[in-house]
Amino acid sequence: MKKFSVEDIRKDFPILSREVNGKSLVYLDNGATSQKPQVVIDAITGYYTNENANIHRGVHTLSQLATTAYEEGRKKIQTWINAEHSEEVIFTKGTTDGINLISNAWGRSNLKKGDEVLITEMEHHSNIVPWQMICDEKEAILKVIPINDSGELLMDEYKKLLSSKTKMVALVHISNALGTINPVKEIIELAHNVGAKVLVDGAQQVAHAAPNMRDLDVDFYVFGLHKMFGPTGVGILYGKKKLLEAIPPYQGGGDMIKTVTFEKTTYNELPHKLEAGTPNISAGIATATAVDYISSLNWDEIHVHEQELLDYATAELKKIEGLKIIGEATNKASVISFVVEGIHAYDIGVIVDKMGVAVRTGHHCTQPLMNRFGIQGTVRASFAFYNTKEEVDLLIVALNRAIKMLA
Amino acid sequence: MTINERQEEVIEEFEMFEDWMDKYEYLISLGKELPLIKEANKTESNIIKGCQSRVWLAAELDHSKIQFTADSDAIITKGIISLMIRVLTDSTPKEIMETELYFIDKVGLKEHLSPTRSNGLVSMVKQMKMYAIAYSSKV
Repeated sequence: MKKFSVEDIRKDFPILSREVNGKSLVYLDNGATSQKPQVVIDAITGYYTNENANIHRGVHTLSQLATTAYEEGRKKIQTWINAEHSEEVIFTKGTTDGINLISNAWGRSNLKKGDEVLITEMEHHSNIVPWQMICDEKEAILKVIPINDSGELLMDEYKKLLSSKTKMVALVHISNALGTINPVKEIIELAHNVGAKVLVDGAQQVAHAAPNMRDLDVDFYVFGLHKMFGPTGVGILYGKKKLLEAIPPYQGGGDMIKTVTFEKTTYNELPHKLEAGTPNISAGIATATAVDYISSLNWDEIHVHEQELLDYATAELKKIEGLKIIGEATNKASVISFVVEGIHAYDIGVIVDKMGVAVRTGHHCTQPLMNRFGIQGTVRASFAFYNTKEEVDLLIVALNRAIKMLA
Repeated sequence: MTINERQEEVIEEFEMFEDWMDKYEYLISLGKELPLIKEANKTESNIIKGCQSRVWLAAELDHSKIQFTADSDAIITKGIISLMIRVLTDSTPKEIMETELYFIDKVGLKEHLSPTRSNGLVSMVKQMKMYAIAYSSKV
């Protein structure tokens, strides 16, 4: 395997050499979306240039070419996440779509009055609201696993909340706002002990390591491709085969049926049963390319590099007077949220952007979490493997300048 | 002075700035000035919630003219608010309803009024026009 070199890797991503506001782009908003390597961009254009046709139903050559390329994406994901069967890999629009599919299709047929769904205090709104909606409808109860001041789940509290009433535990693998890596394997095992199912939101995880379905023994796992150097508009729902077979279709339409008469419709097999309508074909095809690309990288060295970025940035940020890091879990991904005393996150975001530094500001779609810390929002710098220590330095320079102007 | 004369005045002021630093330092200094709204008016019903920052807006009719006061928790937002108030306040409802706010674009602050920013400013402009419509029946 090729040795990891951040200088070489950066050349794969054309956008990283552009300028913003007259300054070299320092892209530290990878938690929102990652940049795309040239091969992924080429795969999308290649499909529209040479293979554009609708998939699954055509007998003509182009349709077969497109179908093969699209289904290749599914197989690559299957291998990458170590799923047992390719039909356990369902294409969705993204993470949110995957959660809604499960909360609706699984929730409607499995939850009943008095059942309990557990989520955590650090969930993204997309893993809160769909569960609130289905719990309201089924008169089930939504309960929240609390966290400590470092942003780690209180495992004892979790164990106390678990009971025979618990039917679903839905939680985030890596917190988008705090960077906390949750002990999902242990959480899944504990949930299974009381007969509950587990859905893991892997949106942030997939940028940092491949999640292993069979090792985790997870029931449902959702993520989007755009945060793992792939295209937007496509995501993956992994589900154990027997669970997906048992749930009713979520949306009706083409592709998901076997026979239709006005009296009765019989449904298609997995995975197509859960994939109604023409999907995002170009994105599905580019999924295969994205998985190939990340699989070609040396991830042992990438983990070292990302940890170095996290440690270095954390140490440098802490030197800034009045700056407080929100989320200091022992087990943490390269995501740093912080607040600066007396200065609004929005103001910081506006000023550092003028210096070419892209960070995210606000509540990061985690308002209950912000309330937990008694803040309106944070500034968040999130790093990918193509970021450098020099970029951390540029962030610090921009921040110091912003604070000087705003204080 | 008409609303458009005031817009021209702001545009002229901004022409003096050589770079973004000067411009934002000016906005920040406007933002740092005393709260533009009475503490009593900083209520939940006067709040315009954006994803990024919050804006409070109050309006009163005084001798057929609308007086606006506003505030924000973010200082750059507050600086822009102060410009908008300077341009629109003390005008008749009819003037406000008929005005097109073009100065924001001309002084290079258009990005702050983009709906995707969700800093409360777009909703604030809408709310100012709504006040004008509401008060137009009273004058």
